Amino acid sequence: MKALLLHLGVLAGLLALNFLAPAYHHAMLARIMVLAVFGLGYNIAFGYTGLLSLGHALYFAAGLYATGLLSQAGWSAGPALLAGVLAGGAIALVSGALALRTAGVSLMIVTLMFAQAGYQTILYYTPLTRGEEGFNLTNAGRMLGPVNLTEETPRYLAALALFAVALLLKLALVRSRRGRVMVAVRENEERSRMLGYDVFRVKLVALTLSGLYAGAAGAAWAVLFGYVGAGFAGIQYSILPLLYTLLGGAGTVLGPFLGALLMFYLIDLTSDVSQSYLFMVGASLLILVVFAPKGILGSLRARGLKWLP
Amino acid sequence: MAAVTLLEARGLTHRFGGLTAVRGVDFDLTQGECHALIGPNGAGKTTLVSLLSGRLPVQTGAIRFAGQDITRLPAHQRVRRGIAYTFQITSVYAGLSVAENAGLAIQSRGGAEAEVPAALARVGLEGMAEARAGTLSYGHQRLLELAMGLALHPRLLILDEPTQGLSAGEIGRFKDLVAGLTPEITVLLIEHNMEVVMDLARRITVLNFGEVLATGTPKAIRANRAVQSAYLGG
Repeated sequence: MKALLLHLGVLAGLLALNFLAPAYHHAMLARIMVLAVFGLGYNIAFGYTGLLSLGHALYFAAGLYATGLLSQAGWSAGPALLAGVLAGGAIALVSGALALRTAGVSLMIVTLMFAQAGYQTILYYTPLTRGEEGFNLTNAGRMLGPVNLTEETPRYLAALALFAVALLLKLALVRSRRGRVMVAVRENEERSRMLGYDVFRVKLVALTLSGLYAGAAGAAWAVLFGYVGAGFAGIQYSILPLLYTLLGGAGTVLGPFLGALLMFYLIDLTSDVSQSYLFMVGASLLILVVFAPKGILGSLRARGLKWLP
Repeated sequence: MAAVTLLEARGLTHRFGGLTAVRGVDFDLTQGECHALIGPNGAGKTTLVSLLSGRLPVQTGAIRFAGQDITRLPAHQRVRRGIAYTFQITSVYAGLSVAENAGLAIQSRGGAEAEVPAALARVGLEGMAEARAGTLSYGHQRLLELAMGLALHPRLLILDEPTQGLSAGEIGRFKDLVAGLTPEITVLLIEHNMEVVMDLARRITVLNFGEVLATGTPKAIRANRAVQSAYLGG
């Protein structure tokens, strides 16, 4: 109950910010919420099931490009978004069926290879994908029914709606029986197998759910911000959700959102002060990892907030 | 009443590289018995039960359980059919609570959360439901492991050296507990402690160098010359 109230409270706060936040922060929060969905999904695989993937950019890009290219082909935003979500899940399912034969460091490398192959594929088909340069969606492609997503307020509210659905579904997932089995697999794979759980299947389902989230974030990015480019398929977009998750707290529902929020503002604040802002971001992350290795919410949970999901 | 065979293994052979750990083993378990598997270190006991439980894939031979061929079934499906295995080195979910540990076992067979207290009470852990499993004493972790095995409602429970590392008092309680499981549950016990074996087992199989040296009642095994020279140091 307390947990549900907390999450609803965060969503209510974000809704209030739609009216209160200055334009600059308003725009930034919309981006944060979309990327936080990416992080929430990453955490399903990494934080809850223990799958350390370095290839989630592939699933994000799958959603981004599926939606972007279909939009270019004349699809309206609704079906294009849905196709993007499914593309993320489908690519995760197929690559996971192969990659999850490995574990640990091998899994990191195999997922990274899949993502790099995806990145190269996008570059190879530059005539179609516009490669590094990317392409913009038409304004017509950014109309979700009567809602014009090129405008600030509808865009913010659309990002919030996506984030709310993603957050509440994840809360329900981690408190469900399936969520419990995911944690069991993370904690002790062999024990779970000898309790009769199909460990491979549990992992594949978790990775596919994670891919659906990444696909949703990518698809939303295309429609909300109107730009699709190969940069989103690069290694840094596999690292970002990992950072969000580590920063906010792996295995906490809200952690990736908090991590994304912090990273955005850290970069924003430090880049005002100095050109070497990435150095300061790196230093902050190091400090956090040394003093709060479980991330912010993970540390809070360890220090008494046991009910935090 | 005629004895019903629950598990039947034929011609099991398992090689690790050049080492043959189990060689042409035929092995039967009768429904409802407590059967002990003994033998010197390296005799192939753990390899044999790993083949039975599915932790190792069968290379040669066949296994039937409750009348069905399970030779090619992966471990988790054998668990679903009623073969529970407790680990030689205690393997509980250290980071989860005792209740959550038992809950995961119950959930695996589709049981309800409400069954957790009873599952813990069965092994005397009812007062520790909220403790983190990793903070329990070794003996209590053993009991939790047993509780998880029993919570699966198995037809066959494989106990891999369950009394290793327990105090004398704990061993006594463990023995009483296991003695009360048959005949509802068939028990396969791998054990070094001869007192435990002789008290609990109705039949004993002796392995030596990966082969079955003898099978019989405790009395017959004690009297067996080959066993004496190979194992009991007679």
